[in-house]
Amino acid sequence: MYAQMVKSTGTGVKALDEMEPQERAFQERINAGDKIEPKDWMPAGYRKNLIRQIGQHAHSEIVGQLPEGNWITRAPTLERKAILLAKVQDEAGHGLYLYCAAETLGVTRDELTEMLLDGRMKYSSIFNYPTLTWADMGAVGWLVDGAAIMNQVPLQRTSYGPYARAMVRICKEESFHQRQGFDIMMTMAKGTDAQKHMAQDALNRFWGPSLMMFGPSDENSVHSAQSMAWKIKMNSNDELRQKFVDQTVSQAEYLGLTVPDENLKWNEKKGGYDFSQPDWDEFFDVLRGNGPETTERMEARNKAWDDGAWVRDGMMAHAAKKKAMKVAAE
Amino acid sequence: MSTNDWPLWEIFIRGAHGLSHRHVGSLHAPDAEMAIKNARDVYTRRKEGVSIWAIESSAIAASSPEDKGSLYDPADDKVYRHPTFFDIPDEVGAM
Ligand SMILES: [Fe+2]
Ligand SMILES: [Fe+2]
Repeated sequence: MYAQMVKSTGTGVKALDEMEPQERAFQERINAGDKIEPKDWMPAGYRKNLIRQIGQHAHSEIVGQLPEGNWITRAPTLERKAILLAKVQDEAGHGLYLYCAAETLGVTRDELTEMLLDGRMKYSSIFNYPTLTWADMGAVGWLVDGAAIMNQVPLQRTSYGPYARAMVRICKEESFHQRQGFDIMMTMAKGTDAQKHMAQDALNRFWGPSLMMFGPSDENSVHSAQSMAWKIKMNSNDELRQKFVDQTVSQAEYLGLTVPDENLKWNEKKGGYDFSQPDWDEFFDVLRGNGPETTERMEARNKAWDDGAWVRDGMMAHAAKKKAMKVAAE
Repeated sequence: MSTNDWPLWEIFIRGAHGLSHRHVGSLHAPDAEMAIKNARDVYTRRKEGVSIWAIESSAIAASSPEDKGSLYDPADDKVYRHPTFFDIPDEVGAM
């Protein structure tokens, strides 16, 4: 998802009676649905995994502004422009809520930023794809935010209090994101042949990468099992992917667009669709840093950070000067 | 690289007139003025509030989880502090 492939260091999930008393008490609190708060004792692995997961999630929100930011100046109407601007601004806010949550675990904002900028920390694979036409703004809102919602709604119940609270705020705003995207798709799908063609082309390009957002199957992963025991992951990747497909296919039908998968078929027995797996070789290649836009994204983030240095310094100097004046006056 | 350690601020927002300020989250800012400006952008993009408080996190004193017992246990055996402790007969009417 927004935090794909968060590797934990554990060797498997311990049973309650294999745990030291402190860890056992911690796990029992989680089992009982208690929220863990920043000053509570927690296992080092829980803290470490959460920093990675929340950090990756935050970075995804921030880098995720770039593919859509690409179209703000070229939105077809002033209203669409204002909407897109508000949507992208929300994503900046999501990044900030999440950085705040990560910071309560003892990592600093600057450390996280540094790890994003030098490539030690990742962000979601989806944001390494280009946005080639205006229809992509529709597809991104509809599919990418739609997939994000699938993952974020259950995370509102995650065991770590600050993370759960950030998710509540984020989910409130995501529904606007998905709807504005679907609204663009509706307009284009009911427009001229050329517009309809653009809408179909956007769906064709974003379908596979959207399915990849959930990450590869993790039914047999010890990492996922541990995260699920800690309730920092609420569903398996396949489970969420299936839910996403089941929900999205009828929406595509409504639009009169074709999901680009010839194996897509309703399966009465499982009460869901059968569908093709996305290209996992491509996914791993993108994660290795070979996405079509990876270099561009990293350059854009680094440039924004470097070009903003004088503003940050200036504001700090101003604050120091004001403080000094106040002290002198007292 | 560093933002020169902009301090962390805790943000409290009054949701509507008549309500108390509620903690909504935190953010970094060089000074109080910027903390309020940033809070406006981060936490009130949809008219979530009518007033913002910002306070440096380092200025907040907090109880610690270990104190839970000594702070709150004494209230355990004082159920008579709640109105529901007292049975008032129906014929008395609303009280
Ligand atoms: Fe978001
Ligand atoms: Fe979003």
